Amino acid sequence: MSIMKSLMGASLMALMAGTASAEDIAITGGTAFTDGGKGKVENATVLIHDGKIQSVTAGGDVPQGYRTVDAAGKWVTVGFMAAGTELGLREVSLSGNITDHNASKASNTIGMDAYYAFNPASPVIPNTRIEGVTRATAGLTASKDMWEGQGLVIALAGDDMIVRRHAYVALDMDEGSANSNFGSRAALWDAIITKLEHARPDEDNDGDKDDKKAKKPKYDSGKEALDRVMKGEVPLMITVERRQDILHTIALKKRFGINVVIHGGAEAWMVADELASAGIPVVLDPIRNLPEDFDTLANTGAAAARLHAAGVKVAFLPPDTHNSRLVVQSAGNAVAMGMPWDAAVDAISKNPAEIFGVAGSYGTLEAGKDADVVVWDGDPLELMTSPDAVFIRGEEVPLVSRQTKLRDRYKDISRAPAFKK
Amino acid sequence: MKTAPVRPAWLRSGLAVTAVGLMLAACQPSGEQDEFVEINKDPFPSSYTPLASKPTLITNVTILDGKGGRVDGGSILMEGGKIKAVGADVAAPEGADVIDGAGRWVTPGIIDTHSHLGVYPSPGVGSHSDGNEVGDPVTADAWVEHSNWPQDPGYVRAAAGGITALQLLPGSANLVGGRSVTLKNVPGRVAQDMKFPGAPYGMKMACGENPKRVYGAGKNSPEFRPHTRMGNVAGYRQAWAEAQDYQRAWDKYKRDYKAGLDVVPPQRDLNLETLAGVLNGEILVHMHCYRADDMGTMLDVMKEFDYKISSFHHAVESYKIADKLADAGVCSSMWADWYGFKMEAYDGIRENIPFVHKAGACAIVHSDDDKGIQRLNQEAAKALADGRKVGVDISKADAWQWLSLNPAKALGVDKMTGTLEVGKDADVVLWSGDPFSVYTKADKTFVDGAVVFDRLDPSSQPVMDFELGQPGEGDVK
Repeated sequence: MSIMKSLMGASLMALMAGTASAEDIAITGGTAFTDGGKGKVENATVLIHDGKIQSVTAGGDVPQGYRTVDAAGKWVTVGFMAAGTELGLREVSLSGNITDHNASKASNTIGMDAYYAFNPASPVIPNTRIEGVTRATAGLTASKDMWEGQGLVIALAGDDMIVRRHAYVALDMDEGSANSNFGSRAALWDAIITKLEHARPDEDNDGDKDDKKAKKPKYDSGKEALDRVMKGEVPLMITVERRQDILHTIALKKRFGINVVIHGGAEAWMVADELASAGIPVVLDPIRNLPEDFDTLANTGAAAARLHAAGVKVAFLPPDTHNSRLVVQSAGNAVAMGMPWDAAVDAISKNPAEIFGVAGSYGTLEAGKDADVVVWDGDPLELMTSPDAVFIRGEEVPLVSRQTKLRDRYKDISRAPAFKK
Repeated sequence: MKTAPVRPAWLRSGLAVTAVGLMLAACQPSGEQDEFVEINKDPFPSSYTPLASKPTLITNVTILDGKGGRVDGGSILMEGGKIKAVGADVAAPEGADVIDGAGRWVTPGIIDTHSHLGVYPSPGVGSHSDGNEVGDPVTADAWVEHSNWPQDPGYVRAAAGGITALQLLPGSANLVGGRSVTLKNVPGRVAQDMKFPGAPYGMKMACGENPKRVYGAGKNSPEFRPHTRMGNVAGYRQAWAEAQDYQRAWDKYKRDYKAGLDVVPPQRDLNLETLAGVLNGEILVHMHCYRADDMGTMLDVMKEFDYKISSFHHAVESYKIADKLADAGVCSSMWADWYGFKMEAYDGIRENIPFVHKAGACAIVHSDDDKGIQRLNQEAAKALADGRKVGVDISKADAWQWLSLNPAKALGVDKMTGTLEVGKDADVVLWSGDPFSVYTKADKTFVDGAVVFDRLDPSSQPVMDFELGQPGEGDVK
């Protein structure tokens, strides 16, 4: 208990004592990384109390009443986070039935809220979390126009998986969007700049001249969403690829003083210094290296390493929603292309936490943060390693999914396994 | 290969002109006969020539020979484009390049049975969409090599990932999409420059959702069959039945001609010609098929019409019928972990590849993707680890068969490549370390003993025509 006392104020202890229901857990003997990919602690004792990290100490004692999880010879990290997913929104894309990631007929594409579409019962979520990915952003990725509504930050287990609603507003400004919406970037950028000008807080929409009509404004979720963006409460996540569009994005941030995140960012590395000084993070898929179209000619697997070296905050996108878990493999590939290991781990933990506004409660193994902890049987970025234990907000998650059930049913083939149980 | 009924010699011969010559000399018909009509089976012959190479000895290296063997601290000698020696101690011939392989690994080059490089090349603009001839459900007359753009930058990225040979396939919109082509992964000015000499043709077919979606969507007209899985199967069977008729007609023409009759050959039909080529055992079937029940149906169609399916592709449910696939001798070309993007892929599991291997069936790691093809070794590593986790104990040396020997068998080129056996083509990769690690990269990729990509030498990193004068030209990729 001495460690606990030394780390926690008495009042916090009292508060936790009142609400404590989760199991007390001690993960012992592993090599822990307390600060994303940094803060290495050998022979670590990771204490989890009331769903939170209580402490991480080298060789620390295990208080009475804590269940011990032996992690000797293992690696212990924060649960990882995949950015840009459609988890809970997209079950089977080509089934011919609804998938909620694409609001193709929406009327209010700014205000539309992933909250109402999110399905915590999706089997894709357990498939993902048993591979050590415990957090994600989840949002729409297509609509009738260039706006993609308001996205979520989710935890991949628990009664209420939504950690942050209205975590970002998404806007698609790439070649495809320019083509399908207006036929030209000239019109696309003009439309967005005009929209944001009209959304300035000082824009006198209600007007002095309308004093007589001064009444409660009509509810408009799109206006609320833009208000949050204009006040800097949530980032505007803009999909842009081409170098010139990234420069336009930097100018947009300066013009409106808003919080901008670049999504995609194929050629972002070409203006890495400008992005760093503008304080714009980049959320990218680190394995893209082909000229996919005329927006992405300078794609390179070295992009993440170059952005990081220039001081840009980087987070990683997985290849697709069903394989959100592969964001970890992608991080490993970023290392192979020159990114430091700890920076690649940051890109799937503390960086997305900071970018999407949940760093107060998640992203590192600091005391007081949610206990998203994964015990790995080796270097987590490696191909042949996997989690031995996964904790999300202090709850151990069984390593079971629809996929493992199918696996176990067919491991030894029999005539009709459905009748065996 | 198929154990077919005895075929006429002229059909088995690849040398049409010789066959005709012999026949004319032997027959000396008494009555008047028109010249015998022989179909040229190789109208787009390979113009591949190996790049220049030097004898190369790699010493002190970990070798996976591709057929399950491993040599630690071994050596491999490539000379004249062939594997010359593999073993613990190999002497370098005079003038050979000697590479110290300490800490590094050597494997056979990776062979991808399922690629659309060149066919859906980068950049993926509309003008480049050359993979699905959707006009008709059966387009066996379409040859994918005629869609191949040799300037696809994807070929170079694949070489950087250790790909030495690959099969280009048409897409899966059609029941029968057309002929495939097997390539050596070398730069070419025309598509024929890349064709793997001596490789048989393949033919793409597709089960399940794609054909019925493409032809059935909103068009309730008999002109737009199929709409259903049963319609798909009706379509394959009708096509095979017509191909049998066509085959019989040509057999009869041949018999009659040989008997001295003045006969007119059947009207040539390019669609049925390819299908008959399958029935003759000359063309290998590669069939896109996800669900176990779809594959089970096709195993019977295969028996009914006496042809051979070389490999199912995608095959995400092969683990459910791995024993049946082993019995039928049909390979499965699979991903490590793609699943769920469509209903027929919903039951994909991460252990598919090791479970197929465990059943004694032929397991192949394939890509179907221009990024996946750059790291098939990583896909094999994940599958290997997932299998081991549930007690399927497979060595790295055995697992490499998924990447080279088994795909070579499925493509009918295993006599020439796919292992590091002496006398085979020197299609070889020197890895920076253990290729089952995410941090390992191909240092050098050799095709027929010549370096086609060298990670440490920018002069051996080809830049495609399209990339010239563009942002990113010549950059590290």
